[in-house]
Amino acid sequence: MTIRATNGARLHRRTILAGGAGLLTVALVRPGAAAIIRPSREATVEAIRRFTGGATVQAGRIHLDMPPLVENGNTVPLAITVESPMSETDFVRRIAVFNDKNPQPHVVTLHLGPRAGRAAINTRIRLADSQTITAIAEMRDGTFWSATADAIVTLAACVEGS
Amino acid sequence: MARALINLPKTAKAGAVIEIKTLISHPMETGYRPGQDGRLIPRNIITEFVCSYDGEEVFRAELSPASAANPYLTFTTVATKTGTLRFTWTGDNGFSQTEEVGITVG
Repeated sequence: MTIRATNGARLHRRTILAGGAGLLTVALVRPGAAAIIRPSREATVEAIRRFTGGATVQAGRIHLDMPPLVENGNTVPLAITVESPMSETDFVRRIAVFNDKNPQPHVVTLHLGPRAGRAAINTRIRLADSQTITAIAEMRDGTFWSATADAIVTLAACVEGS
Repeated sequence: MARALINLPKTAKAGAVIEIKTLISHPMETGYRPGQDGRLIPRNIITEFVCSYDGEEVFRAELSPASAANPYLTFTTVATKTGTLRFTWTGDNGFSQTEEVGITVG
């Protein structure tokens, strides 16, 4: 059985199946170290660069908790915690959250200080598509730490009509 | 006035870390959504939230259209002394709302 593609090339069923299986494998084998920052689109990369000022971002110290399967993208609970003593000399200055599929890459920027006591924040966000969320924390010593979380969204937010 | 819900302990021990939960009713219209007539509904969001403790800023959040409607934020602060916590939300179309809650620290 062959399928005729628009450009006239003949695609064999076996080739298509093999390709599909390959994609499936990619989707199932998620890297264990999910904390590596891997935003895909230019706007997100640019927004992160603006936040960090071009500084190196290391993976770790920050934790993102978001449900992996989201039924309604209009309100998705998001919990952020950062490993930090939150003392006068060592605390989290800022935390920013970015997405890679919404119309705008920025989600929220949080300003903290030694008065916070703990670096633990909860909020609710919108997701326009299944995508990766990246959170980056800036410490008092000027280092940046990041974490990512993936979500599969069934009902998209933002662009849906009322 | 939008309805704002603020939850924090009435009393706390000095130096204790308290959790503050806030929620304000607001549509957070993204500006990307078409209305009944097919045209985009203009953006109308809360852009900033500030919490100050006896005049000193302890927490601030910059929000974008990716925040869900009725922005919900929980955060923590150290209960230092008896005083007032002031919560201010500001946003598009001149939106501004301030709430105050007292805390007794013993």
